[in-house]
Amino acid sequence: MNVVEEVQQKLDKKINKFFKKNEQRYYIDIDAKEIVPSAKIMFRDIECRFAIATGTHTPQGFEILYHFSHDKTGKIFSLRVALDKNAPEIESITSIITGAEWIEREMWEMLGINFKNHPNLKRLLLAPDFPEGVYPLRQKPRE
Amino acid sequence: MGEFQVEDKKKQTIIPIGPYHPLQEEAEYFKLYVEGEKVTKLDIELGYQHRGIEKLCETRHFDQVVFLVERICGICSCSHPFAHVNAVEDLCGVDVPIRAKYIRCIIAELERLHSHLLWLGLAGHFLGYNTVWMWAWKYREPVLDICEFITGNRNHYAMFKIGGVRQDIDNNDIPQINKMCDDLIPALDMFKGAVMDDPVIHARTKGVGILTKQEAIDYCVVGPTARASGVDIDVRRDDPCAAYPLVDWKVIVTPNGDVFDKVVVRVLEMYESVKIIKGCLEGLKKEPKGEIDAKVKSFPPGEGIGHYEAPRGEVFHYVLSDGANRPARYKVRAPSYMNIPSNQVACTRGTISDAAITLAAVDPCYCCTERSAVLDEKTNKKIFGWEDLLRLSQEKTERIKKRIPLNPPFVPTEPTSVKGEY
Repeated sequence: MNVVEEVQQKLDKKINKFFKKNEQRYYIDIDAKEIVPSAKIMFRDIECRFAIATGTHTPQGFEILYHFSHDKTGKIFSLRVALDKNAPEIESITSIITGAEWIEREMWEMLGINFKNHPNLKRLLLAPDFPEGVYPLRQKPRE
Repeated sequence: MGEFQVEDKKKQTIIPIGPYHPLQEEAEYFKLYVEGEKVTKLDIELGYQHRGIEKLCETRHFDQVVFLVERICGICSCSHPFAHVNAVEDLCGVDVPIRAKYIRCIIAELERLHSHLLWLGLAGHFLGYNTVWMWAWKYREPVLDICEFITGNRNHYAMFKIGGVRQDIDNNDIPQINKMCDDLIPALDMFKGAVMDDPVIHARTKGVGILTKQEAIDYCVVGPTARASGVDIDVRRDDPCAAYPLVDWKVIVTPNGDVFDKVVVRVLEMYESVKIIKGCLEGLKKEPKGEIDAKVKSFPPGEGIGHYEAPRGEVFHYVLSDGANRPARYKVRAPSYMNIPSNQVACTRGTISDAAITLAAVDPCYCCTERSAVLDEKTNKKIFGWEDLLRLSQEKTERIKKRIPLNPPFVPTEPTSVKGEY
């Protein structure tokens, strides 16, 4: 069984959409509430390395892509979650993957996405005197 | 800094390190919590150099982004464009001419060579081996000369282009580049000898700043930091791009995770880099001249992910395109972003005299070990500054030097063939 089949089998019903961009890149849509068990499967069972997460402000709301790199084959699996437009919120995966601490802090300050149960949710890159409630990576509405 | 804080409840002293350090190019601020000599906790603050490049990328068209990401780091000034073109080529699904692939690898490996030499020099300085510092930086110059010879620039080569490279390498120049690479080998042999044979360096670096394999996996560290902890990853081999599958080389992995292993990985990697460059130069001879560009005309809507093994580890770029001529979202993750947090475990096992070298061992891109001060908890009075920390580190080396008499005394000899040639 290759790793793609393994991912499909282990994530199973959590997968809403499975998109193969090419041999090395896969995009998997899941529900936001499934992120912690899914990250656990990707990180612990399939032994992927957590490369980074990308938070994006889209016209529909917010989305986060969690990029997992399977280094034995060089394939990258990106788990995509969609978040609410008005109150973006998701469970933190730092308890499973220590290396996710910084990027969650960054998405919190840059996009205003709240990470529930994050151990150390404070500013990472922005200065302490940067105004509250201003999120630099949010798109401004077009006039 | 006005940030010399003291924790009220715990009787701990905080040593702030940073945020500015003239030896390194970027700023960062470490707070070392100490009990006596022992480091108990490390708090890292950054953002002093945050320039909003991800946001800026959304305002530039794809071809301009190459130059923008090149300026993320002066030392990784080819790794970021490399990851960028990989990402955009992944988005478009284009294949690059083989000649361009070879040229990309040559520039990228030259960059690795000068980056590792830069780090080696700094590591020598932190340990009180200023000769190593001077020599490492001296032999970095010929590498920069090769870069200038090929691209016209010492750093910021502006060679990368979506679909290829901007400049060809003239086949008539290949023998000279080959010779310049050969001339580096005696210098590398000298550094290898200096590291492997010197018992004082062994005493200062073996067992210091250990990051275990499991911790390396948990912190998701990359590059030499991961490979020195026995995690066998290298993007150049795992997700092959450019000409890496076409030449013969190997990934260096060591098991112990201490500073010594990190030095070994970097020193041995420099030999591999020379091997890759020479292999690519051989390959260039067989490829038709001038075919260096796939001529990408448009960018479809969609997503692309590109990564590349920079000297410090994997650089990761993600691009989201809505079909316009500029990215709708651009995400950059540099290797130090994953490596620096691992200091929270690597640093807290040692004493403050080992702190400088442990913090420097991940080759942090934002390393700042300047402007540090040790504060007394009650009076908020400065006990040590950065100069003192450096002195502590260097004095420890001196003490060990006295304890371990070198018999015969280790005197690294300068290779004669490289002397003052460029």
